Amino acid sequence: MTNTLLIIILLGLMAIAYQLGVRRSQKVVGGPSGVRALHSLPSYYGFFTALWTGLPALLVLLLWVSLQSGVIRDLVVSDLPEAVRSLPDAQLGLVINDIQNLAQGNIVSGEVSPAMEQASAHYKSLQQTSYAASFVVVLSLAIMGLTFGWRRIAPKYRARNRVEAAIKWMLVGCSTIAIFTTLGIVLSVLFESIRFFQIIPISDFLFGLDWSPQMAIRADQVGSSGAFGVIPLFVGTLLIALIAMLVAVPIGLMSAIYLSEYAGSRFRAYAKPLLEILAGIPTVVYGFFAALTVAPFIRNNGELLGLDVSSESALAAGLVMGIMIIPFISSLSDDVINAVPQTMRDASLGIGATRSETVKNVILPAALPGIVGGILLAVSRAIGETMIVVMAAGLSANLTANPLQSVTTVTVQIVTLLVGDQEFDSPKTLAAFALGLLLFIVTLILNVVALHVVRKYREAYE
Amino acid sequence: MLSVTPDTAIAVPASVIAAGFSPVADESRAINGTVGDITVADPRMTARNVNVYYGDKLAINNVSLDIGKNEVVAMIGPSGCGKSTFLRCLNRMNDTIDICRVEGEIRLDEQDIYDSSLDVVPLRAQVGMVFQKPNPFPKSIYDNVAYGPRIHGLTSSKSELDDIVEESLLKAGLWDEVKDRLDETGTGLSGGQQQRLCIARTIAVAPEVILMDEPCSALDPIATARVEELIDELREQYTIAIVTHSMQQAARVSQRTAYFHLGELVEVGKTDDIFTNPRHRLTEDYITGRFG
Ligand SMILES: Nc1ncnc2c1ncn2[C@@H]1O[C@H](COP(=O)(O)OP(=O)(O)OP(=O)(O)O)[C@@H](O)[C@H]1O
Ligand SMILES: [Mg+2]
Repeated sequence: MTNTLLIIILLGLMAIAYQLGVRRSQKVVGGPSGVRALHSLPSYYGFFTALWTGLPALLVLLLWVSLQSGVIRDLVVSDLPEAVRSLPDAQLGLVINDIQNLAQGNIVSGEVSPAMEQASAHYKSLQQTSYAASFVVVLSLAIMGLTFGWRRIAPKYRARNRVEAAIKWMLVGCSTIAIFTTLGIVLSVLFESIRFFQIIPISDFLFGLDWSPQMAIRADQVGSSGAFGVIPLFVGTLLIALIAMLVAVPIGLMSAIYLSEYAGSRFRAYAKPLLEILAGIPTVVYGFFAALTVAPFIRNNGELLGLDVSSESALAAGLVMGIMIIPFISSLSDDVINAVPQTMRDASLGIGATRSETVKNVILPAALPGIVGGILLAVSRAIGETMIVVMAAGLSANLTANPLQSVTTVTVQIVTLLVGDQEFDSPKTLAAFALGLLLFIVTLILNVVALHVVRKYREAYE
Repeated sequence: MLSVTPDTAIAVPASVIAAGFSPVADESRAINGTVGDITVADPRMTARNVNVYYGDKLAINNVSLDIGKNEVVAMIGPSGCGKSTFLRCLNRMNDTIDICRVEGEIRLDEQDIYDSSLDVVPLRAQVGMVFQKPNPFPKSIYDNVAYGPRIHGLTSSKSELDDIVEESLLKAGLWDEVKDRLDETGTGLSGGQQQRLCIARTIAVAPEVILMDEPCSALDPIATARVEELIDELREQYTIAIVTHSMQQAARVSQRTAYFHLGELVEVGKTDDIFTNPRHRLTEDYITGRFG
């Protein structure tokens, strides 16, 4: 709360600093008429002053906030009675939690002893001191920065270059955050997977034909020993993705061809956004559509034909996933088809080819690499899709190629492994990381191949 | 049939030219009707009162012109005056532009080509086109030339197709350069070679009328001479309309020349007459290089 106030004050100061910077830059050259004598436009001097006001103060505030709780905790602990301090880490943590709760007026787990009362009062006062100190330090830094920046302003001072450099570094910072976050996620998945592979051999995981992750958690429990063969999951995933692509590729591609080659511009103006709305439907909606409408429909019709259809089938999930992917394929294909130069169409039509001959002989061959790239991206989307399969494909890890049976996928199993009460270092939980890693690698490869194909295609025409 | 008397030429006092009036702004030079005889005794294509609009913008204004059998008509005029637009009307390539609208009457022999019952596919096979920018397909050289014959089922055997490809490339003056690499991609050729490939591709379907939009703008003098020779040869069997920015080329290859200006057909006549004795001020200004 106090920090929010502080940040608002800082922003206000920055606005003031901007104005001051602009004014001063005009003043040092003798009024607005003299700005040509300035190295940079007055607004750059404004930004320069504002940056000096805001940036150092914000950085210090950030540092303060991230260190504050640790420091306070250590100070409180050092004042606790010896008996408490020598407790094992986990219990000490509980005690400190209680102290914090007490300080904030929340419910506490155990009896409140006088020692705890005292500690919580100590905690409270430390926190208030810290806030007050941060207020003073940050604001004085801001004022110092303002003065510093303001005094640097001179006609020859290169404010523009400084501001540009500051902006560049901010952008670099943001992209670094993005990269390191991704890297962090990948690495944590990787390390947890390695822990998993120390318990379950990697060959059992990759080539095992059985998937039943139920394990006895305690020694006295009755339970299976667990089998972590990923093949059934993979076959299920591929089966559903295959069905989805069989639906999405022809329909998506043909609608793209219709939209870009046949439809009038007015029809296209309405149809394209409409098709893209499909892409905006949340997958969970597709999911219950699949589970409640499509799956029963398939089962009923299958029964009429005398087929044995389970109530959750790969077919239902695949069909609905295919529908979900149609706009993905159609808008990507539409883009690459539109990127085929009009002169190619003219050439073909000018010789007396019909539209469909032109599409078949000129447009599709020219756009094919791009379309293939789009399809690969769609496949990796299908493989990673979770909601629809959770609801419509089932949980039983059947190793089957029959689309009428229920299968399960990698993503579904990750969900089921992590839903409910878990012990964090059991193989069952760790298996989720291994599955995630596998999924990540597969989609990564698909994406790299797809991007490569798409890029190659781009070079051919631009 | 619309006939225009030679007397419609506007006399402009010499002082006006000397004063350097802009030809467009000056009322006394306004274009009204076409100077010269737009008809020929033996027409292959006839265009009458053609207007072309891009959206609301009038790009061709009331143009009438005959293109005779076995003759080469050259169309000249400053950039943006509508030469390409008019040319594209003659095989309905303007249909591919959404906002383009064509009014008036254009006939191939006695057939109205804008008749709603007419099928544009055979029309475009009859009236072939070479475009302003070379546009080979990203296919092999062979497949580029064989594209038309294959689509129209002109050949029944591979060797027949081979013959057509070779003959077309020979006529376009490209055979010697590419005969050893027919399976390389057509887009890998130089700009001038690509244009000749496009010419070969067009003549491979043996159209009766050939429309050429600046076919030599990317060619060197040698290749240009080769194409001009080709045009001369083709004239014996075909009818040709050619857009060009080169006055010399128009003079060399054409029998009649049409001068366009701001969407209007200003003057048309025998090429020799136009170049030696232009009757309209604008034509004279253009061919003597005073503007354009
Ligand atoms: N696709 C189009 N959409 C809208 N306007 C167009 C289009 N094509 C041509 N125009 C307009 O029509 C007019 C005539 O263009 P056109 O291409 O026929 O000129 P041109 O005589 O062939 O010129 P150039 O010698 O430069 O090739 C120009 O004003 C041009 O802006
Ligand atoms: Mg043109």
